[in-house]
Amino acid sequence: MSKITDAREALMVGRRSDGSLVRRPLSPHLQVYDMLQMSSALSITHRITGALWSIGMVFLVWWLVAAAAGESAYNGAMWFFGSFIGVLGLMGLTAVAWYHTLAGIRHLYWDSGRGFEIPTMYLTGRAVLIGTAALTALTWLIMLITWI
Amino acid sequence: MAAPTIRSLRSPLGRVRGLGAAKGGTHHWWMQRVTSMALLPLTIWLVFALARMPDATWQEATAWIGRPFNAVLLLAFLAAAFHHMAYGLQEWIEDYVRGELCKVGALLVIKGACFLLWLSATLAVLRIAV
Repeated sequence: MSKITDAREALMVGRRSDGSLVRRPLSPHLQVYDMLQMSSALSITHRITGALWSIGMVFLVWWLVAAAAGESAYNGAMWFFGSFIGVLGLMGLTAVAWYHTLAGIRHLYWDSGRGFEIPTMYLTGRAVLIGTAALTALTWLIMLITWI
Repeated sequence: MAAPTIRSLRSPLGRVRGLGAAKGGTHHWWMQRVTSMALLPLTIWLVFALARMPDATWQEATAWIGRPFNAVLLLAFLAAAFHHMAYGLQEWIEDYVRGELCKVGALLVIKGACFLLWLSATLAVLRIAV
């Protein structure tokens, strides 16, 4: 028996209904998809925002550890978060967090076996985008009102 | 292209079992959903809570973290979020990193980093709150 190291090998050869062997076509990869389609674009964005949120988690850990370490460490962290790069980063991370949260709800809805029809898929996709914009704006509005 | 052949008597399903990127069953997938459901209310709470204290002084911030309600929710958020983060990054590595040594190495680094970050943040919250 030959040893298989790649799972794809096992499924590349199949049988026709008359019993003869046939080499199955390879599944399409990234290059065949139109990345401006909402379906694939939102999917890859969900992955990317998930990874970017790791940076937000590092920021949160920094903030908490600095607060526990003392006033000067806390002020140092707050100086960074209030700097141009810090504000820009946090603004981006707010959008990232809301996108991943809303797209995550969409994924949970799919996991329940619903919402796969193309019109529904476009509707929920648009809702995710509009919701992300609205909640990001709301978050920053709340922040600005508190700040000023 | 060479004529297709099958050199095995085992069924395609039997041959691919255990050879997927994750090698395992549905536990990883299910835990990703469980943590995501836990994170949903916790994230909404945390994002709006943090948005309301952009200019918090050290005294105000530690007082907020130290309040039992906030401390408990923070600890719950950290546990669920780092679990979810480690599982999510694991998916990236399993899908995109080729070669067993690189893959296992990257997985160990990711899991170790997530564990240490979670431990640091949890200790910080406990130190302020207790």
